Amino acid sequence: MTGPRQLGWLGRIAALARKEAKQIRRDPSSAVIVLFLPLFLLFLFGYGISLDAASVRLGLVLEERGPEARGLAEAYLNAPDFDARLYSSRREAERALQANELRGFIVIPPDFSERLNARASWPAQIHVVTDGSQPNTAEIVANYSQGVLSVWSVQLARDRGFAAAPAISIEPRFWFNEDLRTRYNLVPGSIALVMTIIGTLLTALVVAREWERGTLEAVFATPVSAIELLASKLFPYFLLALATMAACVLAAIFLFGVPFRGSFLAILALTAAFLTPALGQGLLISSAAKNQFVASQLALFSGFLPAMLLSGFMFEIDSMPAPIRAITTLIPARYFVTGLQTVFLAGDVWEVLAPAILKMLALGAVLSFLAWRVTPKRIA
Amino acid sequence: MWARILSLIVKELLALMRDPRGRMVLIAPPLIQLFVFTFAATLEVRNVDIAVVNLDQGRWGRELVARIEAAPTFDEVIMLSSVGEITEVIDRRRALAAIHIPQDFSRNIEAGRTADAQIVLDGRRANAAQILFGYVNRIVAGVGATARPAPALAEGVVRHWFNPNLVYRWFMVPALVAIITMLTAIVVTTLSVARERELGTFDQLLVSPLNQSEIMLGKVAPGFLIGAAQGTLFIALAVFAFGVPLLGSLPLLYLAMVFFLAAVLGVGLFISSISATQQQAIIGAFAFIAPAIMLSGFGAPVENMPEWLQAFTMINPLRHFLVIVHGVFLKDMPALEILRNIAPLVVIAGVTLPAAAWMFRARTQ
Repeated sequence: MTGPRQLGWLGRIAALARKEAKQIRRDPSSAVIVLFLPLFLLFLFGYGISLDAASVRLGLVLEERGPEARGLAEAYLNAPDFDARLYSSRREAERALQANELRGFIVIPPDFSERLNARASWPAQIHVVTDGSQPNTAEIVANYSQGVLSVWSVQLARDRGFAAAPAISIEPRFWFNEDLRTRYNLVPGSIALVMTIIGTLLTALVVAREWERGTLEAVFATPVSAIELLASKLFPYFLLALATMAACVLAAIFLFGVPFRGSFLAILALTAAFLTPALGQGLLISSAAKNQFVASQLALFSGFLPAMLLSGFMFEIDSMPAPIRAITTLIPARYFVTGLQTVFLAGDVWEVLAPAILKMLALGAVLSFLAWRVTPKRIA
Repeated sequence: MWARILSLIVKELLALMRDPRGRMVLIAPPLIQLFVFTFAATLEVRNVDIAVVNLDQGRWGRELVARIEAAPTFDEVIMLSSVGEITEVIDRRRALAAIHIPQDFSRNIEAGRTADAQIVLDGRRANAAQILFGYVNRIVAGVGATARPAPALAEGVVRHWFNPNLVYRWFMVPALVAIITMLTAIVVTTLSVARERELGTFDQLLVSPLNQSEIMLGKVAPGFLIGAAQGTLFIALAVFAFGVPLLGSLPLLYLAMVFFLAAVLGVGLFISSISATQQQAIIGAFAFIAPAIMLSGFGAPVENMPEWLQAFTMINPLRHFLVIVHGVFLKDMPALEILRNIAPLVVIAGVTLPAAAWMFRARTQ
């Protein structure tokens, strides 16, 4: 049998990686981390994050009950986007809005029918009040209410014989996601988030633990060099993370029904490229922090939260102010999100994937270099 | 007894603060995050590129293109010469959308018919695409109204209460106050027992004159104090640095924060008690933090979730606290409503703290 001694540096790395793998196997919490936690998170995100406003709670106040007012109220009560209910007074609806029971309410004022029936007083007005403390939903409420009103009033105009055909109609086609299910975008984005947790946080903790316990001193007494040490630490976690990724992709396809139009090769290339900076960042954090509390805080604030908020997963990067757009170019998850959304929904568009992969590898090289510089070979 | 607990709390705080790096991570990253995320989070769509294929020779096609070029939303308007080029531009993400104006566009308008235009949007960025379609629709409607003015029978007058200009920051900053406070409190608490157990110093605590309840109090207090201090700093920043209006009752906000922190610390101590190592403790904290944030109404409204998941969010302390934070900051929520939202926090704390105490006892016997 060939021992590590004969094989030189490669053998040393292999031996250390085996030691690391044994350590992972012995501590059952890693099995939980690698399989249970990502799937649990993906499951919650897949069902929990939906931006398709299914039923916005809307109040409806009729201050008159003429046939037109009732007709419009009917249109709101039947609109699929709204879960509308009647309130007997404006006062009551206002209180419900303040108490978070409604996202908005509509008032049909006393003169509505009257103005609608006298051409001189067109347009008749209704009031749309939204809960601005939730700006996203407020915008949706405003748009949907206007939509219902305009469909209704066009129909009324046609019934009364003074409608001309509209000059232009524009028909939208959403490619890659025809029915606009936000889940299709959010599940690939969630995978990037989960992989950041696995890649960065786990690595940061593992190496920080060695520093904290002082076990690295024992390793330094051996012929192992710093770079060999880091490589051997990373390798088992790299494999673990690939296994996690496989589980996530299968869940996305079979559990959430996200279309998968690309190839597994592309996913593998993206994942391997993403793990380079993710693991490198974890290593850098742990070598700089040297204790698990600091490492976990840094991983949280430099890994998890940016992956959630600055990766384009929740907020459009193009729309951010320029300095923050500049920061996002340093977030590996940004390229991973773009790449995953493309592979899942559009297919292997290498013009998108190749730059993403290269940028992740470049970030990985920088982070690994920094980690290597920060990791001292000897105890000072 | 109080002197003993006090000295334990001092010891716990020293353990965190003695290390300059430890002091630093409690202050600097949360502050940076607050500023970066606040400005990063925007729902407007700006600076995006759009492509246009105009096959129409007439006046209205030109008019539509001119109005799109004049719109502040777009960074670059890429002119394409054929419909076939749309695929490449969209596939490669060079533009978020592509508008196709057909040959007979002006002819149809002038003949009194409805002219059809198409817009292809990148469904990979479904949210931005949808918002962008809303903008384009408004521009198109404007051209349509110029081409063929039609009287509107009815209109809706929209008013956004509590935040008339829909400044997203007013939503984001109070939410981050709650989230970052929770993150710090939970990480500090989760690591407290696990670290001593891993380093083997926990036994020393057990043989000290402190009894279990006192040790537990000492373990929970730092997370509470640091969380409350960070929360206070962030509330001050929200008001003075970000100009978020604080309309409601500050004492009620603090009352809610006490129960929120109590609920969260209960979870933290529970995780800490069952963990043998710090690594397990942190992973446990993450298993709580990530769903707590995602299922709080912060990223996506709770109403959009399936009903069984909505029911599940009731046990999420952050969900209730966010309602209170937004209610107190922006809505001047009446005291009774705030108390109604504090009640679930009291219940959650009433479960997590005794559960943590039980687990703590069970694991230190």
